[in-house]
Parts: sequence; structure tokens; C-alpha cells
Amino acid sequence: MGQIEWAMWANEQALASGLILITGGIVATAGQFTQWYFGAYSIAAGVLVCLLEYPRGKRKKGSTMERCGQKYMTSVVKMFGPLTRNYYIRAFLHLVLSVPAGFLLATILGTACLAIASGIYLLAAIRGEQWTPIEQKPQERPQVGGTIKQPPSNPPPRPPAEARKKPSEEKEEDTAAGGSPGGAQTNPLPVTDEVV
Amino acid sequence: MANWFVNEGLSIFVILVWLGMNVFLFVWYYLVYDVPVKFFYTRKLLGSALAFARAPAACLNFNCMLILLPVCRNLLSFLRGSSACCSTRIRRQLDRNLTFHKMVAWMIALHTAIHTIAHLFNVEWCVNARVNNSDPYSIALSNIGDKPGETYLNFARKRIKNPEGGLYVAVTLLAGITGIVITLCLILIITSSTKTIRRSYFEVFWYTHHLFVIFFIGLAIHGAQRIVRGQTADSLKVHDPKVCSQNISDWGKIKECPIPEFAGNPPMTWKWIVGPMFLYLCERLVRFWRSQQKVVITKMKKKGFKMEVGQYIFVKCPKVSKLEWHPFTLTSAPEEDFFSIHIRIVGDWTEGLFKACGCDKQEFQDAWKLPKIAVDGPFGTASEDVFSYEVVMLVGAGIGVTPFASILKSVWYKYCNNATSLRLKKIYFYWLCRDTHAFEWFADLLQLLETQMQERDNADFLSYNIYLTGWDESQANHFAVHHDEEKDVITGLKQKTLYGRPNWDNEFKTIASQHPNTRIGVFLCGPEALAETLSKQSISNSESGPRGVHFIFNKENF
Repeated sequence: MGQIEWAMWANEQALASGLILITGGIVATAGQFTQWYFGAYSIAAGVLVCLLEYPRGKRKKGSTMERCGQKYMTSVVKMFGPLTRNYYIRAFLHLVLSVPAGFLLATILGTACLAIASGIYLLAAIRGEQWTPIEQKPQERPQVGGTIKQPPSNPPPRPPAEARKKPSEEKEEDTAAGGSPGGAQTNPLPVTDEVV
Repeated sequence: MANWFVNEGLSIFVILVWLGMNVFLFVWYYLVYDVPVKFFYTRKLLGSALAFARAPAACLNFNCMLILLPVCRNLLSFLRGSSACCSTRIRRQLDRNLTFHKMVAWMIALHTAIHTIAHLFNVEWCVNARVNNSDPYSIALSNIGDKPGETYLNFARKRIKNPEGGLYVAVTLLAGITGIVITLCLILIITSSTKTIRRSYFEVFWYTHHLFVIFFIGLAIHGAQRIVRGQTADSLKVHDPKVCSQNISDWGKIKECPIPEFAGNPPMTWKWIVGPMFLYLCERLVRFWRSQQKVVITKMKKKGFKMEVGQYIFVKCPKVSKLEWHPFTLTSAPEEDFFSIHIRIVGDWTEGLFKACGCDKQEFQDAWKLPKIAVDGPFGTASEDVFSYEVVMLVGAGIGVTPFASILKSVWYKYCNNATSLRLKKIYFYWLCRDTHAFEWFADLLQLLETQMQERDNADFLSYNIYLTGWDESQANHFAVHHDEEKDVITGLKQKTLYGRPNWDNEFKTIASQHPNTRIGVFLCGPEALAETLSKQSISNSESGPRGVHFIFNKENF
């Protein structure tokens, strides 16, 4: 179990809890159960939890699969800085959010699930995990022609790289235009590297 | 359309039958609770929420019965083996067991949601009726059961008002407690089974999944208290709701309308799930028994171990972890007197095994120093079907080449023994790899096959293509320079390594043109994206109609 990042599971659990809170809240509100305003609270808390938990944090090792469309929420969540980065705060927040929903039977399942998510976040925090946003790396435009080395200075047939290893020494001696296949050669016309 | 049907038809049929059963059960049990006079008074109290709670309950019984079956691996292997007479198509269905397991799981989640929501309404209304917060009729119905000798209709007996009343009912009635507990278990199982968690942190997934034991026990006793009440048959004989429902205040006082008597339905769930629970228990016992058998690791041997090509085993190393089992494909052939696996080091457990076997040390380890290993299996997968085709395309990506190592070896043995009895006449083998250092252990086998084929003058039997999908410029330089040499610089094989990804469309078309009117098996062990590509290619390059070339796609996955 050494490599597990508990925050990944806590995140899934919290997201599910958010959805369950919303569902239970809708049932209580729409059915006009007694003290249905707890249900209304539950919907609001559920939405908040879902928005907070939707952007997945970056894993320490390996690549992380982003959730579809999460980059918008990532920038919002990132704005809160340490409040969202630190998992102790998240664990506490989830615990506090889950309590009022515990007063209604319709939403108590959401309470239990969110409390469990809070516990897993606490475990993650104790193990020093943090939420880091997944950022898009700026696309490196491929430098066209950047890796093309000096154009060949010999016309074909060209000997393989090993035989061409001493061009700099030979070039100083060999200034004549005509060249033997074994040596370096200066071209009669200047050769330019045409990059389209 | 027909090509797609050849590849997918049976799967779609199975799914449609399953969905049909779900719909049928839902509608049937909805009507059972919504129509007959037995539940007349219950409906007065609860409305249609009663039927909406019982209908998904029936579907839950059905689906909870089904969910254990696809994961009885030994049973499935047995069925595969014994259906050797039946077509390959039936056996291919058994390969999709995990997909089916997941679909049934989602259906269980859906029905749980409907069932829970309906019962939330039931509880709210029952408790309200008890504390006189409802219409007079319901209040009067709820009072039945207060006097001694009466049987209750409304299961909320204490007069506590909502929301505390609802909570009280949930924690004091067996159905409430078991309901909350097993729903929590279900949610934990689902959140730890998402793809991210499963692929990255297998242990969390595996251990949390065992909450299903609590789930099934809770499910079996969920209905034991019999709180869903209907009028008893005896009571219906003397008290007809059609006649008496209007004058509830006269009940017990006039002869035609004695106080009605109610009883709950006996629990039905255990009848559905006891069979599969027993089968699964046997499955785990078989796995445990197999794990107790002694395995000798130098060349791995185990008493009574019999394998087929392309099968896989589960391996446990108590020194690394006492509880974890991990699947590995067998890379040896059945004709050999030992069995072997190749393991890639990718996580905790494999690293632990690496160290436990002393692979990080330089000198060779003596057999007695190696750790104890438990083996369960072998289990059958798609690769077994290779020999029933005349022509096959084998595609392995990276470590996914392992089942094919076993097949190629077995093919070689069979070929050596008696070439003419082999139905398989031509193999097209594709190995896709990101980098070169994965080649080495497999190169020996390919070299051996190459030599053998040359000797027997049948170089055409196996045509293989190795693709290096990740290469950089310095490598490219090196290859370009050594292009003319006889043997490939990387593998030492006569067949040259190719670079980049294969052009599947070309490959399929070439093979189709070379083998018209044949059924060609396409076998893949590799990533999802490649599976989709090959599946599409198989469907689009198959000709409609029974004559003509057909590509049948089989995927291997754990």
C-alpha cells in the first residue's frame, strides 16, 4: 500500500457524496418533508462539494487523467490558495458541511458518505499530500529546422558517419575543389539550408 | 451492418435479454403491488410509493443474483473447456464477463437509488400518519395495531414526529439499519472501483471490494422483519375492502367489517442469491486450495497443473503480501514440462517480488532461497481459440505480447510434431513496442522460430512485424546507416524492425486480398485505443454475407 495517494480515493468519494447530498436534498424539498429546509441546505452543500471536488489534483508520480472540462474549475479552485491546497482544511470543511444534512433521513446517507470522505482526506493530509492543479504545459512549437544540423557539405555518394569523423582536420589541408570520395570537399556554389 | 453483426451480435443479444428481464420484473412487480386488493389499505397509506419501492426491489434481487456469476473464474473456465463442442462465438461471450459485471453493478446502483427514494417517501408519510399530521383516513389506518390482538399496517409504531421519527424508524428497524449499511458499502465499492483507482491503486480497489460480503449478508436479512404489510388472505375473506373501505369508523362494530388483519411478505431475496453465493464460495475455496499446493520455482512446477496456450494464472507471494493475488499470462507452452511467467516491475507488489527473489543481487540465487509462491489457475482467455482458425493476426503491444509468446512456442512444438494436422496455416504477428530494451527476452524465441522455419523450408508460415513506436533521432541515424545489413541491428533477426505505428488499413486489406473467403481471427493484447482501432478495422474489412473474408476480433484484458 506504500504508493497509494489517498487523496485520489477521497476525491472520488467526496464527489459521489456531493451527488448523493443533492439527490437527497431534492427528494426532501420536492416532497415537502418536515423541515425540508435542511433538504435545501443539502442541495447547496452538495453543489459546493461537487464544484470543489470536480477538478482532480495532480498525482505525485505518473500522469493524471483529467476529468472532462475540469480546467475551468481548476482555475477557480486554485484561486483560494492554501484553503483548497491543504487537505486538513478540506477534511474539516467536509466534516462541517456534512453535519446539518444529518438531521433528515433523506440526506443522512450524504452525511455518512461525506464524513467518510472527510476521514480519508484527513489520512491523506497526515501523509503530507497536497492538491496541485493540473496545468496545461504551453505547447512547444516544434522549431522547424532547429534540429537540422549543418547541411551535408559533400555531394553523394557520401561515406558513413565514421569515415567522415575527421572533416575539420582534413578541410584545412584540402582546399581544392575537386575531391576524392574519401575526403571533405568545398562546394563550387554556396549551399544554403532552405527551410520551407 | 452484417459485418458488425458478425462481431457484436451475440453480445448485443445477451444485453437485450438482460435489459428485457429488468423491464419485465419492474413492470410485473409494480402491478403486483399496485393492482390487487391485498394491498388496498397499504396503498391508501402510501400511494404509488409502495409499488415504486417494490418494483426495483425485485430487479435488485435479479441483479444481485447475476453479479456474482461473471467473477466465478473457475466456473467460467470450466464452461469454456466443456463447450469445446460449441461454437467459438459462445466462448467469446464468456470473455466479456468483466464488462457484464460492471453493467450489472450500475444497474444495481440505479435500482438502489429508486428503491431508496421511494422508501424515503414511505417513511415520511408513515411517520406523519402516526403523529396525526396527515389525512384522517391514514391516521385511522395507522391506529390499527395499538389495541392488543391487532396486527399493524403502519410500521412506525412509536409516535415521534418527523424528522426525528424518520431517523428513529431507520435505526430501530432491521430494514432501516441493513438498508443504510449496505447502501454505504455499495457506495464505497463503487467509488473505489473507478478506473483511476483501479489502475493506479489496485490494493484499495481489491480490499474495499470485499465489502460485498457485508452487502450480501445485509441484503439477505433486509426483509426479515416483514414490515411491508398487506391484508392476510383470511382477513380478506371476512373483510372486503371494496365494501368496507368507506366506513372505517364502523370497523369492528359491524358484522361485515371486522378489523382487518395485516401481515408482511416473507423475505424473498435469499432465494435469489443463495445459489450464486454458494457458487462463489466454492470458487474461493478452489482458489484457496490451489494456492496451498506447493510450487517449485526454478522452473516452476506444480502437481496437477495443466495449461492451454494463452492462459493466465494468479500469483500470490506471502512474503510480499499475505492477501494480494495478481494475474499474469503464462509465457510457456503446454508442451513444456514447466510453466513460466514474465513480470514487469510497475508497482509496490512487483517491486517487492523483485527484491524477494533477489533479482537485485548480482549472483544467482539458489532455489531454496527463493520465496514461497502460491499459484491459482490456469484460467482461459481468448487466446485458446487461436488454433481453430486457418489464418490469424496476432497483435501484442509491449508487455501484451506475453500470451502470444506462449502461442508461438506451442505452435512451434505442434509444427515440429506433425505439421499437417495443424489447422492453422498462417500467422501474421505484430509486436508494437515503445523502446528497444523490451525486445531482448523475446528475441531468442523469434530467432529460434526463424531458424526452424528456414530449416523446414517453410519461411512463410509465420510472418512477423516488429514496430518501434518511440524512436529518436540518434536511433534513426543509426538505423539509416545500417539499413543494408543482413540482420536487424536491434533484434538480430532477419526480418527488419519497422518504425512508427502500423498502417492498419493497409495491413487488413493486404491480408484480406491474400486470403479471400476465410475466417481470420484477430487477437489483441494491448491498450483500449488499439482495441477500438482493430475492432473497427475488423468490422469494416469484413465482407457481408457468409462467403467472403471475415475478420473476427478477440480482445484480451484483465
